[in-house]
Amino acid sequence: MEKFRYLSNVTTLNLNQEACTGCGTCEIVCPHGVFEIKTHKAGIVDRDGCMECGACATNCPEEAITVDPGVGCAAYIIQTWIKGKGAASCGGADCC
Amino acid sequence: MMSSKTQNNNGCCAPARPPLTKEALTEMLPIYRESSVDEPCCGPPQGPASSPFEKPGYRLCDFIEGFTDTPAGSVPRVKTKLEIADLLGTIKIRLGINRSQYKVAPGLYSVGDVTPMSPVLVTANYKLTFDRLRMDLEGLQAWVLILDTRGVNVWCAAGKKTFSTAEVIHRVKQTRLQEVVSHRKLILPQLSATGVSGKQVKKGCGFKVAWGPVRTSDIKSFLKAGPKADKAIHRVTFSFLERLILVPVELSIMRKYLLWVFLTSFALSGIGPGIFSMGQAWSRGLIMIAACVVGIFSGAVAVPVLLPWIPGRAFAVKGVIAGLLMSAGMVLALGKAIGVMEAVALILFITAISSYLAMNFTGSTPYTSPSGVEKEMRKAIPFQLLVIILSIAAWIGAMFV
Repeated sequence: MEKFRYLSNVTTLNLNQEACTGCGTCEIVCPHGVFEIKTHKAGIVDRDGCMECGACATNCPEEAITVDPGVGCAAYIIQTWIKGKGAASCGGADCC
Repeated sequence: MMSSKTQNNNGCCAPARPPLTKEALTEMLPIYRESSVDEPCCGPPQGPASSPFEKPGYRLCDFIEGFTDTPAGSVPRVKTKLEIADLLGTIKIRLGINRSQYKVAPGLYSVGDVTPMSPVLVTANYKLTFDRLRMDLEGLQAWVLILDTRGVNVWCAAGKKTFSTAEVIHRVKQTRLQEVVSHRKLILPQLSATGVSGKQVKKGCGFKVAWGPVRTSDIKSFLKAGPKADKAIHRVTFSFLERLILVPVELSIMRKYLLWVFLTSFALSGIGPGIFSMGQAWSRGLIMIAACVVGIFSGAVAVPVLLPWIPGRAFAVKGVIAGLLMSAGMVLALGKAIGVMEAVALILFITAISSYLAMNFTGSTPYTSPSGVEKEMRKAIPFQLLVIILSIAAWIGAMFV
């Protein structure tokens, strides 16, 4: 995936290294290799590789990771602008 | 040797089970029903008798080859080879026909001669996902727990939270999995981690979650190597073929707009000094429709397929680059058939359509972040709207100068 790069410095990903116990779950669940365990702590090694899927935050047992997950689909984002975040719906016959 | 014995116990290399006798099958009632013995006496040859596994009020799925008896009831055993009907279904779905209705019933299934030691694989009830999985389980023995993800694939369902912690726990309990298998481990597709907390699943139903590979084709090597498996099986890819196969669906989503686009093209093309000319509406309208087709091809075919080779990180920018090239080609091909102002109109029109559609493709890629897409859209949409308005003004204006 290295040849695919999206916009830099946009991700909402945050890691609180003090809370991290180095269990390595984030390293396994991340589909883009954003995390790596170094000296018993997780570290972010490729921040711009993050696509904000939220797998790491959902599975961090120490809740040391936060990210604002969402659907990266233009049609959905336009809906959130028009109807607001709560009312926008993802899916339907013509969506993913 | 210990290791080979363990493997046997895992069910990986278990000897084939002898075929069930009629007596054994009759014990499986009400699942197994002996076929009718009456043969018709006259008339043309009859069709085949009902399958002994058919049951009133249910339909036997084509992908079921039999049933495995378990303490929690009989569990269907699925074929690992796809049939013509499955392939036709796949083609239909790839063309975007009835995509939301392509699903299998949630619940527990089995592959091969399963034992209580066989691994449990959890997946979505999208038939395309299910077909891919069972095909890649050829030669293995495994339980397959299908969740109700409303016919949506694993990753999207996890994002929409139908492939969720609660659904995994519910389905484990509903199928009484703890009575079927002797171990307490579920293998979940890695991409479901967006919707499922492994820790909470353990808490909720006692089964420990192991994160399996992204692709079903890596399951065999994952089952062999376990957590030591290659890192590559835990990373998503977006190869040329993976992008190409998305194109028909991208195009099919546009079907419902086409009629309106065509009508508007004719209407705008007829406007001129004589208020409205039918002849002009037709001749210029056809050129504008051709421009729509070029714009759609540029944004929804060329950009997805050539993605890594088109410069720019923002998809709207990639769409502009592809659109400029394609529209320049079209204008050159038309030559003297159009004036300079019309040429400018077509270039702007195609570029704007291409940019918007390319931006829309972000929703189909496995690497664009929502924060990035929103940032890009805030900048690109006003620009795209402005260019479309300018192009239409130039297209109509060309008739007045």
